[in-house]
Amino acid sequence: MGRDLISDRLRRALFDAVLAGLIAVVLFAPIIGLVLDGYQVRNNLPMALAFAGLVALGRFVMALFFQTAYGEKVLAQFLAGRKVQVTVAKEEGSFAGKMFLAVFVTLAVVYPLLAYVAPEALGIFGGRYGITIIILSLIYVLLGMGLNVVVGLAGLLDLGYVAFYAIGAYSLTIGYAELGLGFWSVLVISPILAACWGAILGFPVLRMHGDYLAIVTLGFGEIIRLVLNNWISFTGGPNGMRAPDVTFFNVLTFARREQDGLMPFHEFFGLAYNSIYKYMFIYWLLLLVVVLSFYIKKRLVQMPVGRAWEALREDEIACRSLGLNHVLVKLSAFMIGASVGGVAGVFFAAYQRFVNPSSFTFFESALIVAIVVLGGLGSTTGVVIAAFILTILPEVLREFANYRVMIFGLLTILMMIWRPRGFVRPIRPRYMRMEDGI
Amino acid sequence: MASSQVLLRVHNLGIRFGGLVALKEVSFDVAEHSITALIGPNGAGKTTVFNCLTGFYKADADSQVWLQREDKSMNLMEILGEGFKPQDFINPFAFARRLFYKMFGGTHQVNRAGLARTFQNTRLFKEMTVMENLLVAQHVQTEKSLIKGVLNTAGYRQAHQQANRRAYAWLDFFELGEVVNRLAGELPYGMQKRLEIARALCTNPQLLCLDEPAAGLNPAETAALSAIIRKLRQEHGITVLIIEHDMGMVMKISDRVVVLDHGEVLFIGTPDQVKRNPEVIAAYLGEED
Repeated sequence: MGRDLISDRLRRALFDAVLAGLIAVVLFAPIIGLVLDGYQVRNNLPMALAFAGLVALGRFVMALFFQTAYGEKVLAQFLAGRKVQVTVAKEEGSFAGKMFLAVFVTLAVVYPLLAYVAPEALGIFGGRYGITIIILSLIYVLLGMGLNVVVGLAGLLDLGYVAFYAIGAYSLTIGYAELGLGFWSVLVISPILAACWGAILGFPVLRMHGDYLAIVTLGFGEIIRLVLNNWISFTGGPNGMRAPDVTFFNVLTFARREQDGLMPFHEFFGLAYNSIYKYMFIYWLLLLVVVLSFYIKKRLVQMPVGRAWEALREDEIACRSLGLNHVLVKLSAFMIGASVGGVAGVFFAAYQRFVNPSSFTFFESALIVAIVVLGGLGSTTGVVIAAFILTILPEVLREFANYRVMIFGLLTILMMIWRPRGFVRPIRPRYMRMEDGI
Repeated sequence: MASSQVLLRVHNLGIRFGGLVALKEVSFDVAEHSITALIGPNGAGKTTVFNCLTGFYKADADSQVWLQREDKSMNLMEILGEGFKPQDFINPFAFARRLFYKMFGGTHQVNRAGLARTFQNTRLFKEMTVMENLLVAQHVQTEKSLIKGVLNTAGYRQAHQQANRRAYAWLDFFELGEVVNRLAGELPYGMQKRLEIARALCTNPQLLCLDEPAAGLNPAETAALSAIIRKLRQEHGITVLIIEHDMGMVMKISDRVVVLDHGEVLFIGTPDQVKRNPEVIAAYLGEED
């Protein structure tokens, strides 16, 4: 009897494995099995079969595992997790959580020093190259945070977010070319400028329902890119524009020699010249901005404005019946999201020192939406994790660059099936009865 | 009731959906501190009246709805952004007013004028906690400044505490104090219904419009709800306009009953008069055994 049961389980696992293997063959045969080599298509079928075999083996092991007592428990937990998507905070943050945060922040702060002192020890993340990768990741974290306000909190699908990123980046280059503005002044101006564009775009559009907004923002993103591409006298067209260098608080320059009447940073501090100083400085500045954005987001969700955004996402009709002006509430989310995008754009231009329209394609918008969706709508931790994964993975796995978009697509589909609210479950704040007085 | 001042005056309210006349010349008054019931068979247009009052539907141009707020009479149709009239093009002030309400008026302004409503199918913010539901309702009254909030100033904290206390006051009134930190969507149905009323009350209304609050409740819960509605009127001076199919409840709590049928007012009177009126019996109540 027991033997029958085991053989029955084994048969089921085998059946699952063969089925998965067959599907894998069908999928992989054209994708991996046929390689375009110059003008010829090379047959690489054994490789595809090997992959399919791997899939079948994996499915077999998984099927066996889920039939054990422990496996059943894991599966049950996983399935239960699908239902409960939102939880309410238990108590104040735990000690372990705070310690983890402290360690993490310390690591983030000292990282550039480590990368500078011991570049080999950090591998790909060491040295100047490493810092630039992390800077790019942080820029995406910032973009994710900004779009998270729009998509995650207010529930407005913005498919042209890259437009505000472009506005931020080009405000630095154009401000420098036309008005002689430097990095610091533009850093202050660009969020306001981007927010104004957000308002101009948002006010007529936000009265409409979700799908229209997605289409209009998609169009807006493309319009901005086309204008940048074709207004050659103003934006330099496809040739792009040079961005001014980041200075040390407008007092010192990071260049090798004196520039714009500013003394070089390394001479002032008596160091040998190294181009890494500039990137270390950008990193710290960007880290500060990112941390600030975390803090503001954390405050926002507990403030009337943030709550109104989330309420609007949940039920617009109820919101209106409670006296909330839905257009203005949406507009505030849209503008704040846009201004964060503008800041990210300035950092992007400053760190690249050059911008051209090809950095602001629809793919970029899709990537930012993917960061928000994968991370979890409304979750900060999720956005950080997703932004790092989606920017660092392509750097690490350069050989698989061709499969990048496919993998993003697959990941997004899987997420929508299993974790529609993202990696990290949203947690609602907890409220206590308050007594009189402060 | 003793006070006979009119709080809400609906005059000649009409609406058409294409060729279908959903409401036709509906006129009735709601006296201050009264409980008025709106009854009628399914499809009579009861919820449509609510939707016209709160601006989810756009009523016909000659409809008039006046809401008394303190000593001022407010024209709800104007607040909802009704169309331009010929005389507006002569009077620039009237034009400016009309334009302002066209741009910034709407449902939310009706709520701010003092008319709160609930929905037939509860419309709670399901993935937010009970407390957050009540705090959202206080959005208009509370301190909204972004900068003050981010910096967490003393003034902001005070406003926050006040909102918290007001929310708790209504939670205690509706006996929901135990579930403050539960998600609204996971509450039992009866509690959700009560929470929706509490949420509407957090907006500080003068007139509360309840759309079938007793639907789906058991007799004990219905009795409790009746008691709550009466207490609301007595202790908080709130006027209630209620749509309800539970005739026992309607007859027990209401001062006046407005009977609608096929989008027209069939009869207005006290519960006793309504019970005896042959037309109402024929259209809605049916013969008693």
